[in-house]
Amino acid sequence: MNRTDPLVLGIETSCDETGIGIVRGRELLANTIASSMDEHARYGGVVPEVAARAHLEALGPAIAQAVAEAGVRLEDLDAVAVTSGPGLAGALMVGVGAAKALAVSLGVPLYAVNHLVGHIAADVVTPDSEPLEYPTIALLVSGGHTSLLHVRDLTTDVELLGETIDDAAGEAFDKVARILGLPYPGGPQIDRAAEGGDPRAIRFPRGLSRASDMAAHRFDFSFSGLKTSVARWVEQHEAAGEPLPTADVAASFREAVVDVLVTKALDACAERGVPRLLLGGGVVANRRLREVALQRAAERGVTVRIPPLSLCTDNGAMIAALAAQLIASGREPSTLAFGADSTLPVTEIQVAEREGAGR
Amino acid sequence: MILAIDTSLGSGVAVVTTDGDVRGVAERAETRGHAEVIGDLILEALAASGAAPADITHVAAGMGPGPFTGLRIGIAAARAFAAGRGIDVVPVVSHDAVALEALEAAEAPDLVVVTDARRREHAVSTYRGLDADGIPARVSGPTLAPAAPSVPAPAAVDTAPVTSHPALDAARPAPALTTRIPAGAVGVLAGRQLRVGRIPELAEPLYLRAPDAKVPGAVKRVST
Ligand SMILES: [Zn+2]
Repeated sequence: MNRTDPLVLGIETSCDETGIGIVRGRELLANTIASSMDEHARYGGVVPEVAARAHLEALGPAIAQAVAEAGVRLEDLDAVAVTSGPGLAGALMVGVGAAKALAVSLGVPLYAVNHLVGHIAADVVTPDSEPLEYPTIALLVSGGHTSLLHVRDLTTDVELLGETIDDAAGEAFDKVARILGLPYPGGPQIDRAAEGGDPRAIRFPRGLSRASDMAAHRFDFSFSGLKTSVARWVEQHEAAGEPLPTADVAASFREAVVDVLVTKALDACAERGVPRLLLGGGVVANRRLREVALQRAAERGVTVRIPPLSLCTDNGAMIAALAAQLIASGREPSTLAFGADSTLPVTEIQVAEREGAGR
Repeated sequence: MILAIDTSLGSGVAVVTTDGDVRGVAERAETRGHAEVIGDLILEALAASGAAPADITHVAAGMGPGPFTGLRIGIAAARAFAAGRGIDVVPVVSHDAVALEALEAAEAPDLVVVTDARRREHAVSTYRGLDADGIPARVSGPTLAPAAPSVPAPAAVDTAPVTSHPALDAARPAPALTTRIPAGAVGVLAGRQLRVGRIPELAEPLYLRAPDAKVPGAVKRVST
């Protein structure tokens, strides 16, 4: 196996995107994403069984497309990588089953890796970028997770500082969009609705941001109260028979989410003495989040890294990239005995590493 | 050489020659943990047969019916193995493999295959012997039927006969609730299907049920 610049195919099926990525070391060769988002729209959120069925149908074509895009042959792969967790169990299992069989058919090693750490590894294969400096604080925000991490080393040392205790930030966007009568997914809808709105029009609550929350939940997030608060505000307004200032509500809600995300991320940078912040996850598509993060970070001397959006949403390239880094650092492949772990902790960067010779 | 994979009930992998000689089998009876075992089962079946992945020319995939989560894992594995080798997948109705084994062993030509479909339902297929190509002649199914009280629960398997079932007519021999899909028979059947060019058109697994998902109603009020 080429350990310096290994050719790795990564499979990602933890939520509603079927991602197949191919990397050669730090070089991104292909990043194919098939999303089942449209199939979930009528349900207002990701339906696990619908997602799992879609993964099974999308996997084969996605592998073929990624291989064609990368201009490689499957026989040339040095390794296969797959997300073992965290994520939706039934969805993860589709990728795990496929990855094992693909690795066996090609006679190559398999690396089972952590989805959240994969989001950080996306930075490694971002084209034309300097290597990521460590340590860094990472804020990962999507429809499935909202996590704040302290990354001292990508392959060996990632610490969970905090995460959401109820809804993920992306879920909050979806739920508030529904309250405002907007379709799924909520993120881009809220963004559009917020245009021209005043983000300071309504002061919605910032979850877990009181002084009394700092002891137990300084770096944790909560968006469920915010959602309820928006619903109550809208109901009271309607009861009063006034027209709903949708733009102001959307802008104020978005501001509350963005404010708490950026405030806590920069607080983590300060507390850990780390002047670097990496953003990842699909919610990074939100322009206001990027704006506020860049502006406030600059004021505090924190450098912000944001991979291109196609590497921020769930994708297979980040999974391949993480495995390539594991391989380069001399890690043994995973055994074939692992499964899907829907609650895999972020400290388990690789799952089921084989005992190496001399270890 | 055919690699056959079925995870519609337990997990099974077999390596079978295209003319029906079962060379290696690796099976686990557990109806959970398919994702954990599938890779090692493929390796075990290959090792038992003495075949290398490069010797495999087709992959047979048991398409169910079966509980969704487990069923999908074998199909995903079959498709990925085939992708890796650049070969075709041959879909097989998992009940047909059970029927093939039973019909080749028994004198009676009529057969009913019944598997647990959870939620107090069974998946049922009926057969009338083997056809001229040696393929079980499926008369009906696979389809869902309410679990008849006389059908033994999955815990008491294999031996207790079914005396009545909504899908059966009384004249037929009584089947037991099937708890094992023989991976070898999946491969043998795929070989016969291939030989006569009768590949079932099964783009999707035989889920037999729509996903559980409710279209949300009106937004719930939060104010009192
Ligand atoms: Zn993610």
